[in-house]
Amino acid sequence: MITKIGKKAALAGAVIGALTTSLPALAADAPAPAIDTGDTAWMLTSTALVLMMTIPGLGLFYAGMVRKKNVLATLMQSFAICCIMTVVWMVLGYSLAFTSGNAFIGGLSRVMLNGLGAGISKGADVPFTMAAGTSAATTMTIPESVFMTFQMTFAIITPALIAGAFAERMKFSALCLFTVLWSLLVYVPVAHWVWGPDGWVASRIGAIDFAGGTVVHINAGIAGLVAALVIGRRKGYGVDDLSPYNLTYAIIGASLLWVGWFGFNAGSAAGANGRAGMAMATTQIASAAAGVSWMCAEWMKTGKPTVLGIISGAVGGLVAITPASGFVLPGGALVIGLAAGVICFWGATGLKHMMGYDDSLDAFGVHGIGGIVGALLTGVFAYGPLSATDASPEGVSGSFAQFIAQAESVGVTIAWCAVLTFIILKVVDLTVGLRVSTDEEMEGLDMALHGERINS
Amino acid sequence: MKFVIAIIKPFKLDEVREGLHSIGVDALTATEVKGYGRQKGQTEIYRGAEYNIQFLPKIKLEIAVPDSQCDKVVEVIQSAACTGKIGDGKIFVLDLEQAIRIRTQETGENAL
Repeated sequence: MITKIGKKAALAGAVIGALTTSLPALAADAPAPAIDTGDTAWMLTSTALVLMMTIPGLGLFYAGMVRKKNVLATLMQSFAICCIMTVVWMVLGYSLAFTSGNAFIGGLSRVMLNGLGAGISKGADVPFTMAAGTSAATTMTIPESVFMTFQMTFAIITPALIAGAFAERMKFSALCLFTVLWSLLVYVPVAHWVWGPDGWVASRIGAIDFAGGTVVHINAGIAGLVAALVIGRRKGYGVDDLSPYNLTYAIIGASLLWVGWFGFNAGSAAGANGRAGMAMATTQIASAAAGVSWMCAEWMKTGKPTVLGIISGAVGGLVAITPASGFVLPGGALVIGLAAGVICFWGATGLKHMMGYDDSLDAFGVHGIGGIVGALLTGVFAYGPLSATDASPEGVSGSFAQFIAQAESVGVTIAWCAVLTFIILKVVDLTVGLRVSTDEEMEGLDMALHGERINS
Repeated sequence: MKFVIAIIKPFKLDEVREGLHSIGVDALTATEVKGYGRQKGQTEIYRGAEYNIQFLPKIKLEIAVPDSQCDKVVEVIQSAACTGKIGDGKIFVLDLEQAIRIRTQETGENAL
């Protein structure tokens, strides 16, 4: 039996070897790339899954953690950001993030999505080539319309994540203005640096980020921390009862986030392939491991494993595996998850109370801290063959040098995000004002800002 | 006539109602209320934030009874609502001046 398997393996090895040696020849006269229907179907599905993460996933996750008088206002934040960001992305955001420009910002060739339909003929589209005509050109197997919408859902969820930090006290007008400015001045440049065709974080630092550890989670987490510091604590923080109104909403929201995250991570493979499969497996493993490790840490510290604890841990694990999915194997995912659960537990309970800021729903404690843990550990556990290509046959493997590159990308993101977020918040404060009045805050944002309430 | 007000633990409502029914009390009013006494609320922890929830959910019973039945009613509530732990509640007995059945205009004990 063993010899048989050995023979088969040797045979398989020989076949693979033969294929590999003949690859350059194949590549030389390869037919023009075509749309792959399997890849396109998976990316259409992923796009819908990631949208579901924000509405209703994140909306319910956050709404379940606020007081009864702020439930609708919190849901409204996610929903309104979804609508606003869609328009911003369509008008300007996509072009600045994903067309070729310079190392720091993209160009204006897709403003108003101009030219998105240029390849359409008889209802069929051509495969999307990012940065066509430049040396950084990357051809995919899906239409640009799908790539653009997939990326749009990422641009939507990132500012929506920040809203957890200033929940229950920010003006709605301020939120709208902040969302537009922050997405164009922070999200779009960082997305371009990390994922754009000529971005400097990817090309010069050599950092890797599969699905948005830096772009989405560290960005949102740091912005949340700065916002919590600038806007100040909620009235009654540390004195009054600010306990969650209905954690059932939060557990439904966390579960929708988890399911949607398969689109977020496995969709970041840009196709239905082995890398997407491994991204899905590692996402599931890391999330579960982090749920278990937060639960155990809390159980040991306070004597009770809480519902809010285990779902927070699972979300922390999803955050941490985001940059690593598509680069690591299941063993690495398990370690990343276990580490993220415990460290996020410390971030949301120990660190926050030690520093005294009121990050209401732990945008920083979970997304900032989890994102940093994940970005760093990606440089430790990356498995080369997952990211190997013809151009880079070794792929990216974990090493000390890669760990340092990851740390640099984290540092760059934190610095840019913190400074720009602070300036934007000050501008918003001077124009429309950041915070509702004390009376409005006591009355609750549902009635004060929206004139509605969940029930009488 | 006496007016008995009892504050009890919510999960004891059925036992108390059955006990009162067995001694012939066939009218009572129950209200969901919040309050605290010596029990002084409870501590809840959400992501490390401790909240001392002072007002705990209780049930308030209101029962109008003839003088002759009063001691028995108090005894039944006392035994049915008792767990022996802090937070079991209290029973208050008041003199009741008048009772009127709205439908028939009967008054006094006839209205109970």
